[in-house]
Amino acid sequence: MRMAFINKLCQLAKEDERIFLLTGDLGFSVLEQFKEAFPKRFINAGVAEANMIGVAAGLSLSGKVVFVYSIIPFVTMRCYEQVRNDLCQQNLDVKIIGVGGGLSYGTAGPTHHAIEDIAIMRALPNMTVVCPGDPIETEFAVEQAVSYEGPIYIRLGKGNEPNVHETIPEFKIGKGIILKNGNDLNILATGNMLENAKIVADRLEKEGINASVISMHTIKPLDVDLIKDLAYSGEPMFTIEEHSIIGGLGSAVANILAESNSRVIFKRIALPDAYIKNVGDQEYLRYLNSLSIEKIMNKILKEINNQPDDKASRRGSIS
Amino acid sequence: MSNVNDSLVEISKNIRKNILKMVTVSKSSHVGSALSIVEILVTLYFKILNIDPSNPKKEDRDRFILSKGHGCSALYAVLALKNFFPEEILESYGTNGGTLLGHATKEIVPGVEVSTGSLGHGLSIGAGIAFAGKHDHSKYRVFVLLSDGECDEGSVWEAAMFAAHHKLDNLIAIIDYNKLQAFGRTEEVNNLEPLIDKWKSFGWMVQEIDGHNFSQIIKVFEKIPFKENKPGIIIAHTVKGKGISFMENQLVWHYKSPSKEEMDLALKELSLYEDGVY
Repeated sequence: MRMAFINKLCQLAKEDERIFLLTGDLGFSVLEQFKEAFPKRFINAGVAEANMIGVAAGLSLSGKVVFVYSIIPFVTMRCYEQVRNDLCQQNLDVKIIGVGGGLSYGTAGPTHHAIEDIAIMRALPNMTVVCPGDPIETEFAVEQAVSYEGPIYIRLGKGNEPNVHETIPEFKIGKGIILKNGNDLNILATGNMLENAKIVADRLEKEGINASVISMHTIKPLDVDLIKDLAYSGEPMFTIEEHSIIGGLGSAVANILAESNSRVIFKRIALPDAYIKNVGDQEYLRYLNSLSIEKIMNKILKEINNQPDDKASRRGSIS
Repeated sequence: MSNVNDSLVEISKNIRKNILKMVTVSKSSHVGSALSIVEILVTLYFKILNIDPSNPKKEDRDRFILSKGHGCSALYAVLALKNFFPEEILESYGTNGGTLLGHATKEIVPGVEVSTGSLGHGLSIGAGIAFAGKHDHSKYRVFVLLSDGECDEGSVWEAAMFAAHHKLDNLIAIIDYNKLQAFGRTEEVNNLEPLIDKWKSFGWMVQEIDGHNFSQIIKVFEKIPFKENKPGIIIAHTVKGKGISFMENQLVWHYKSPSKEEMDLALKELSLYEDGVY
């Protein structure tokens, strides 16, 4: 996703001289092409994220469209009050690119894991929160961010995420994408969990269960209409995210369902409310924390097998 | 004193009167912090800044950022007297349903460039604006007024490094060095000294002045840039609560709002300063 981001940004910056890129001294082997092509619009602000966000605000107040890049905890939490006051309160066109969503930085440990970022960023007024599901969505998100008003947080994975979309999707910030249509259950995934969600749905299909897969790439503003439509189908709904069980996609969807008169079966699949100190790479840590393909499968099967097939009674009314 | 300075003294007296009325009516804090920056603001807005109240967003305007946003009653009073907005609006400062908040907020009235209120933000934003000015080959200058207590914030020193590294000689910081912060004297809370050496070692050109002396304030602003390729900082020695004898150098006036009687007493004191000497 990082390469998709920088390739797209370089392409955009050729046409749009307002585009600046700031980094908190990270991005080795990723950001070089921007630095070389647009040296005057590239700033390595050093390991000083609070100042970097303030500088980004100043550039934005001077008519620039500013992308700010770093590993997620440093570019969201270290400078949270600058993001809140300088960017959100003044509604400035600064686009925060966070790398390392969830457990991407596996062995680096909990300082580098990003498990609370969606929760804190979506709490900010004026902030838009986008978690692209693959490199294709990343390119769209970056492109649309340029003309999208106000601050945006774009949560990327790291490297090597595959394209999940088989065809070019219709991507619009704030609108979920249905990748696969089924009529037995709905899987809503965000960010780098889209891949596993798709694989799980493909495997369920082999067992005769047809699941829909929806990319909920935008957590804020949430596609409330889509969620209500899915709830109204009466089919069990699952959210999957590489983020704490508190405050992410699952919480956001739960809020909608709780007020929607729907009685649909709903389960959140997410990381526990805990810092993960086990040593291991992303795949291993996903396995330990219920986010591997097999564990997601088992969780979904267990839930739907325990429920009577009574779809009609679970239909809610759209409200 | 020259005639110019006489008129600045007269303006400052007006500003102080408005500040006192504003904080008394709204029962708000920070009167001491507003009174200490009056001469600096008056000099900037009436003598130094390239600004046009009838066109507050003109591209090449000088920018002023009140990083110590809690001193905003002084800024609002100056902006009103400078005709950025009608003076009557000052009456709504900090009142229910009013217009002006207790920290500088940019959307509310024209002339406020940046919203502030939390310390340690303004210098970074000013550095960003200064960087953009250099990039765009614009001639504008960026002035950022900080409090002394604000220098406790690490982000101030992040910004200090950044501005020096990028040779932002269009950026001028001013420290309102009244030596009283929120809960004590700066030397007791978190000693800033040697403050001049600190800024010098961070790569800034430092000037030291009496922040209530118009001749010194004007002279130092007219020297900008102090040195090519270096950001400049003015350490302005000031007195918290300046101009009102019973408020001067008293920590309590960081918080307390004057009673009606105290306001009358203060206004009376101001009217006695016909010769401009406090």
